[in-house]
Amino acid sequence: MKISAEEIKKIALLSRLNVEDDQIETVGKQLNDILAYMDLLNQVDITDVQPTVHAIPLHNVMRDDVPQPSLPNEKALQNAPEPENGYFKVPKVIQD
Amino acid sequence: METLTIHALHDKLVRREISAVELAQKYIARKDAVEPQVQAFLSDNRENALAAAAVVDKKIAAGEDIAAMAGIPGAIKDVICVAGQNTTCGSKMLEHFKAPYNATVIEKLNALDYISLGKTNMDEFAMGSSTENSAYQITHNPWNLDCVPGGSSGGSAAAVAAGSAVWALGSDTGGSIRQPAAYCGVVGLKPTYGLVSRYGLVAYGSSLDQIGPFTTDVTDCAIVLNAIAGHDKKDSTSIPMEKKDYTKALVNDVKGLKIGIPEEFFVEGLDDTCRKALEEAIETYRKLGAEIVPVKLPHMKYGLAAYYIIAPAEASSNLARYDGVGFGFRVDGTDIVDMYRKTRTAGFGPEVRRRIMLGTYVLSSGYYDAYYLRAMKVRTLLKQDFDKALSQCDVLLTPTAPDTAFRIGQHDNDPLAMYLGDVCTVSLNLAGLPGISIPCGYKDGMPIGMQLIGAALGEETLLRVAYTFEQNRTDLRKPLPMGEVEL
Repeated sequence: MKISAEEIKKIALLSRLNVEDDQIETVGKQLNDILAYMDLLNQVDITDVQPTVHAIPLHNVMRDDVPQPSLPNEKALQNAPEPENGYFKVPKVIQD
Repeated sequence: METLTIHALHDKLVRREISAVELAQKYIARKDAVEPQVQAFLSDNRENALAAAAVVDKKIAAGEDIAAMAGIPGAIKDVICVAGQNTTCGSKMLEHFKAPYNATVIEKLNALDYISLGKTNMDEFAMGSSTENSAYQITHNPWNLDCVPGGSSGGSAAAVAAGSAVWALGSDTGGSIRQPAAYCGVVGLKPTYGLVSRYGLVAYGSSLDQIGPFTTDVTDCAIVLNAIAGHDKKDSTSIPMEKKDYTKALVNDVKGLKIGIPEEFFVEGLDDTCRKALEEAIETYRKLGAEIVPVKLPHMKYGLAAYYIIAPAEASSNLARYDGVGFGFRVDGTDIVDMYRKTRTAGFGPEVRRRIMLGTYVLSSGYYDAYYLRAMKVRTLLKQDFDKALSQCDVLLTPTAPDTAFRIGQHDNDPLAMYLGDVCTVSLNLAGLPGISIPCGYKDGMPIGMQLIGAALGEETLLRVAYTFEQNRTDLRKPLPMGEVEL
């Protein structure tokens, strides 16, 4: 097994997801199956190979610094669950 | 009766054999008749469609020229933003999300008086190969309602195959246009990365995603590509280039062209009937004067593993934005992290959660080099393989998928088995190359897809080679599986 139950819990936290205790085994098995398949990549000699982030690279896409129309405040907030006074409202972040 | 195409219907509109409003009404009636069985659409846009059709009729009445796509009913995958309309991405997370602006492709289509009958079903956030991962409904393959239409753009492919739209837009991150096109017996094109703007396309894997057309023939494919291609300042990965007329590439001639056959696509795992259909296709090209060249892509067998590291890695980052703050769906929690976790666990389906966790894992400290960095290096090697093969050939010919459409529910609880079906398509996205899927045969009544792969920005050659096959293999033409649309 590549991922332990403890690691599943850690990844779930990093992913901001919950995995219920009774799901850990199933989720772990599926992720382990997939990662075992990825071992195929260990057969490849990658010495001195540069990584490709974008297949069609473009560099320094610049434009003049001229203001363009942008999304008005009310449109930016129209899908928010709890807008207030023109802002997104979130639960308290800093604890007492 | 012939299958109705954009170009045939455009002629009818211009000759005033039918009005755009009548045409829209015919397609709305057709959609109403087949939708209970196919379930390709997530929304209904008939009122806007009829209003847009009336505008086209006014232009015709006034003697104005109309665009090739004007007034021809289409459909839009529900991952593309249309201002004021729901854009759910097949997810509960965006159930009530109304796009505040238009995607660039929609702005371009608007300028051509396009008509959409609605948004189409898809695997949630475009993650899947069957459209079974939609939070809303299962879409059925019009050729056999017990089979999947493919995915993730299964709704768009099924809508065109069912005759409830003449054309549709989809998106393709690892095969999500080409594979459903193959399963539904229609034409599907994934353009070169950067040819079509991604502005307003909800992101899955940003270095892989492209928007492209579904149509019933290659001519229509060129017409829709003309409409949506072009540089866009709002997408920094968009390629600056002159606008082309892709319909000029529709030449019925492949004499002297070199068609490469990568042996790695024809190995074990390819269904025998599919193999036979592809061999016949190769023979067709040979008889038409193309030179058939065996080529090798030595790193092809690593493409799938690299893809299923890179795409989930990008997804885990892109989908971080669904945090219960900006986009509607929220489940309250005891503190902000609890709110995030409850919102995301309830808002995302199992496949999306799986890919976010997989992506988070391969990017996490201690595993980044072993998985993500290694996959990006394999991506380089794969791209070099393609560059080499395409320096020797004009196009490559491969299967689009190892088999025809599978049955609904066949891959439940086995995500890896579902991923393995993407083996023929994902490598093109990693290399940024264009690919088109066109029908090349049938197995037990189900369509088989052939994929043609071009060099970067080689869409014209790709369309020419596809068009030549279509014009010379009229034996493969069949009526739409649920019957032709009657005007």
